Order: sequence, then C-alpha cells, then structure tokens
Amino acid sequence: MSAPDTFQAAPRRDPGFWRRLWAMVLKEIIQMRRDRMTFAMMLAIPVLQLVLFGYAINTDPKDLPTAVLARDQGPLTRSLVAAVRNTGYFDIEYQVRSPAEMDALISSGKVLFGIEIPADFERNVRRGEQPFVLVIADASDPTATGGAISALQGIIPQALTRELRGPSAMNDQSAFRLRIHRRYNPEGETQLNIVPGLLGVILTMTMMLFTALAVTREIERGTMENLLSMPIKPVEIMLGKILPFVAVGFIQMAIILLAARFLFGVPIEGSLMLLVALTTLFAGANLAVGYTFSTIARNQLQAVQMTFMFFLPNILLSGFMFPFAGMPGWAQAIGEVLPLTHFLRIARGIMLKGNGVTDMEIDVIALVVFMLAAMGLALIRFRTTLD
Amino acid sequence: MTDIAIEVERLTKSFDQRVVVRDLTLKVPKGAIFGFLGPNGSGKTTTIRMLCGLLTPDSGTGTCLGYDILTESELIKRQVGYMTQRFSLYEDLSIRENLEFVSRIYGVPNPVQAARAAIERLGLEGRSEQLAGELSGGWKQRLALGACILPQPRLLLLDEPTAGVDPKARRDFWDEIHHLAAEGITVLVSTHYMDEAERCHEIGYIAYGRLLVHGTVEDVIKESGLSTWNVSGANLAALTEKLNTTAGVDMVAPFGTSLHVSGRNGKQLEKSIFALKRSDKSHHWTRSEPSLEDVFIHLMSEADDNFAVENRDERA
Repeated sequence: MSAPDTFQAAPRRDPGFWRRLWAMVLKEIIQMRRDRMTFAMMLAIPVLQLVLFGYAINTDPKDLPTAVLARDQGPLTRSLVAAVRNTGYFDIEYQVRSPAEMDALISSGKVLFGIEIPADFERNVRRGEQPFVLVIADASDPTATGGAISALQGIIPQALTRELRGPSAMNDQSAFRLRIHRRYNPEGETQLNIVPGLLGVILTMTMMLFTALAVTREIERGTMENLLSMPIKPVEIMLGKILPFVAVGFIQMAIILLAARFLFGVPIEGSLMLLVALTTLFAGANLAVGYTFSTIARNQLQAVQMTFMFFLPNILLSGFMFPFAGMPGWAQAIGEVLPLTHFLRIARGIMLKGNGVTDMEIDVIALVVFMLAAMGLALIRFRTTLD
Repeated sequence: MTDIAIEVERLTKSFDQRVVVRDLTLKVPKGAIFGFLGPNGSGKTTTIRMLCGLLTPDSGTGTCLGYDILTESELIKRQVGYMTQRFSLYEDLSIRENLEFVSRIYGVPNPVQAARAAIERLGLEGRSEQLAGELSGGWKQRLALGACILPQPRLLLLDEPTAGVDPKARRDFWDEIHHLAAEGITVLVSTHYMDEAERCHEIGYIAYGRLLVHGTVEDVIKESGLSTWNVSGANLAALTEKLNTTAGVDMVAPFGTSLHVSGRNGKQLEKSIFALKRSDKSHHWTRSEPSLEDVFIHLMSEADDNFAVENRDERA
C-alpha cells in the first residue's frame, strides 16, 4: 500500500496514505463523540427541522370552508352533501344560488372550495348519463387543499350506497363524475414536494456547518501547529475531516427518510439504493464546501458566517421555497450553480417520479463537479506552513 | 552522511517587513544537546519553525538531518519531533488516544502497543483515559515530550519545554533529554533558564534575530572577553550606585550577599577596582569567573545598542 522506500537515509518507511487517513478519521470521530453539544445537534437538527417544517407546512387541515351550489334538490344531492361533510375536510358554510356568488366567495378567500351539483343531477344519474359534479378548489396553497381533494375521491360510492337503488346502482362507481378545478396553482404541488426538499436543506445546513469549523478550530486551539509538523498531507487532513461526517449524513438521511415514509407518507417510487448513493454524494459536496470555507475563514465565527451566506441562496433559489420555474432568469442562473438545486431535482425525481440515474445525468454530474471543485479549492487554500 | 544534524546558512525571515531572524548560521553536531537562548521575541521559535518546515525562510539555505529544509520538509517531518511552546496535543482526546493518533500518523507498526509502552515510560499508567486537557502543566509537558519521542525521531526540536514547570519536573525532564542524547538523538532546546543552558553540550545566543555567540559554555564565557570580580561587604546598594559610574565597569549584578562586577576591558576594570579598594576598606574583593548569566546580560545590552544603531541606519 505504501510507496517503496526510495530514501536510503530514512530509517522509517512512509506509513502510507490509508494509515494516516485512518488516524485522522479516528481522531475526528473521537472528538465528535466527545463534543456532546455538537453531537446532540447533529441528531436534533434533522428531527427538529422535520417536525417544524414538516408539520407546519404539511398540516393536513380539516374543516375547510366550503360553499355548495345545489341546482338539484333530490335525496341523492342530500346524500352527496352528507358524504362530503363526512370526510371531515369540508365545512359547508355557504349554500349559494349562483356560480357568480360562489366565485366571489372563492376569490375573496372566504371559502377554499366550491361544489356545484348540476340541475337534474339525480335524474341524469339514474339514466346513467354520468353527470359531472364540479369541485372548484383554491389551490394557491396546495398543501391546504391537497388532502381534501384526495378525500373527495372516496365519496362517490358512499353517497350512492344508500340512496341509489335500482338497475343503475350496478354501475355505481361511475354513476357520476367529479370534475376538479384547481385554481391559482394548477399543478397542485403537494406536501410530497417538501419532504424530499427538507432532506436536501437539512443536509446542506448541518454538513456545511460541521466541516466549516474543522480547520479553524484546530488553528484556534493551537493544535494545527502540531498537526502540520507531523508527516500528514493536506489531502489526508481534508478527507480525514470529511469522512466521519459522511457517516453523520447517513444517520440524518436515515432519520429523514424514515420520517418521510412513516410520518408524512412520502413514497419512494425509485430505487432506494440510488437515492442513498446520490444523497451521500450530495452530503460530500456540502462537506467539501464547508471545508473550503474553513480554509478561507480566519476563525470559527467567520466560518459560521460564510456558511449562512451560502445557505441563504441555497434555500431561496434552489426551488425549495419557490417553484424554480417561476423564478426570473438571473435567479435561475444562480440556482443552477447551487448543489441543493440539483439535489432537489434528484430527490424529488427518485422519490416522487421513480426516476433512474439516466433521467438525472446532468444533476449528478453537476454535483460531482461541484464537490471536486470545492475540494480542489480547499487544497489550494490550505496552508501547510504557518507563514 | 555527515555527523552534522542541523546546518543552516544565512537564514532570514521577516513578517510584515519586520526582520525576525537575520542571517542566522548554525551548525549542530549529531547527538548533541544544543541550547538555544535569547530574550523573548528574539526569533527562537521562528528559527525552530523554519528548521521543521513550518515556516519558509525568505532567504538562506540549510539542511536538517541531511534533507534540504526548503524542498524536503516532508522527509524532515517524518524524523523530527517538534514540541511546541504551547501545548498542542488534543485536549479533548485522552492521553492514550493522543499517543495512538501520533503513532498512526508516523506509521509506528503497532500503534496501540506503542502508545501503551509510552504511557508506561511516562509513568501515566492508570491515567491513560484521562483527557489531556485535564492534566497539570508539568504532566502536559511530559505527555508532549512523550508524544514527540514516541515515533523515535532522530532530531528533537523543543521550544521552551520547561516554561512554568516545577524544579523537580525540570530535573526529570533534563535527565530524559540526556538519556535520549546518549542514544544518539540530537536535541535542540530553547530556554530562558541559565541552569538549563549549562546542561547543554553547546549553546547559541540569539537576540533581535541574530545569533550572537555559538559554542560550548566554556567557549562562550571565554569569548565574551569579560572580566568579573566578586565583591561582598557592607552597604552594597551604595556601592552599586558608585560602580555604575566607574570607568571600566559595564555591569553590576547582585548575587545573594555579593555583587558581580564585570567589564570588557579587564585592565581598566582592575585599575578602577584597585583604586576603590584603597579608598574603601569595608569591601572584600575577589577575582572570579563570569557566569553564563553575566555573559548573556552583557550580550543583551550590547545587542540593544547595536540594534538601535541598525534601526537608525535603516531609517536613514
């Protein structure tokens, strides 16, 4: 493993890259474990952020204000309204008489839903004409309406079971249909978008912060002088400080993915292995950025400030806060060079769309390039002397 | 290979245009204990850092263990143990963990075993799991030395290793240094203590970045050209006042119940003292050898003058 000893005068052979790296990794792990505050933070940050972000953004609100425009007054209509109410998502506050009245309620924000039951509804159902029931949803906040809309899908059989007797009941699933109009946000992005994003945001914040302190802490404590006087190379110091945090990233990833699955019901449509592999790559890229900051900053405070300077555009311009497609060109250009942007596409792609690696080649390459560039810069910036 | 451990020529280093080490030329034979003396801020630490590759000299050349200090610091680092002035092992690592870390970095074959052996040698059995940061000053210093010698270096660079350490610990420390030198390790140690200087095989005195003298203790004393008299008797304070204005007297220093009176011009000093002896019979004068401290204090005041002249020249 080590290079052959070409120096006759040297009684000791080069201990080799792997042994020195191992020494560094071990040391970092011990220090990490001993720094209880930081260690607690590593575990608490993902949990805390998930709960705060996840639930604050992701509440599944019930009893949403709803207006009903019933142009038919038969028992089937009453049964349908009762079924809507029974889902728990809809609080029917208004019975309106015209579409204009309903529109006004929706646009003013007094109701989030308008349900219009057409004239001759019951008769048309019995004739098997499959009339449409129109549901208008204020989807400007998709998380608020998403749960309610999905609950609507279950009301048709419920409305029909008791009220509809006769030959047409044979065909009850399609006795009538729902036509859902999402207003203001036709894509209807749901909370499923947010949890994969949180995976990226939490990793960005914690990974970067921990390595940002790595070099400056050694300088401030005076241990750097000793470390530099030993036969260890800058790349070994760098990797030795990054690798233990990759393991921390793994733990955080596991916490977030478990929560995504069991707390928020986010599916993982694609390959879990691929997701883990690419998330590790993303953690590596952020660790490299943090380490680079660490070689530039003069002290720990500066390193933390730099981290936050970098964190802010990551949150705002990556597509986590605001839809990427909706941002102006210059903001998109900045977003394209941020690792989180590419990771969001990867995470959402794998978790929600079931993408494979070929669907996201550009984003994977971007992350690799980003990580290598940051590491290269860190190695250039790292001072092997005290000059 | 030659039997020279350190050989540097005209090393110069400045920080922000302030020259910290100037034209330093030094030769240390293998297996020697070389004492590096000089006042605070005289460039001792800077010189040591240049020797082990932590600082790059602005100009000058040199070798350390036969390796070029400018281009082969990687190789130098592998065989040099450097003990920093300030404790620089990891305070949040235990004694054992620190020693194992050092063993691994230097590629010592069995790091766990090597650390355990070092702990025994240090007499720290039973405390190996204690955090380094919780140790007292003396123990920290011992641990730092233990970590330095663990990878069996051929050269030790010790920067004020005994600062703030009690006399017993200092004695033990120097016993260890001599023991190591006997095994063939070269030791360069900086210090402020005169008794420690006298324990060295060779000494060098540096002030304002210049190496002023260099040699064995006897050589340094002889080369100073200083003549010294010892005087005891009544009312030495008044005598000191008087001596300070006497021709031929360069330095008066109290030593217990007597004074050391020194001067560069032996003849002039002798003449003045004979005159004093005749006029005042209450003091007892004897010729004595200048101590190392006399020599150094003398060197320092001389260097002060030189430096003042130099500064004036540079400004002009």
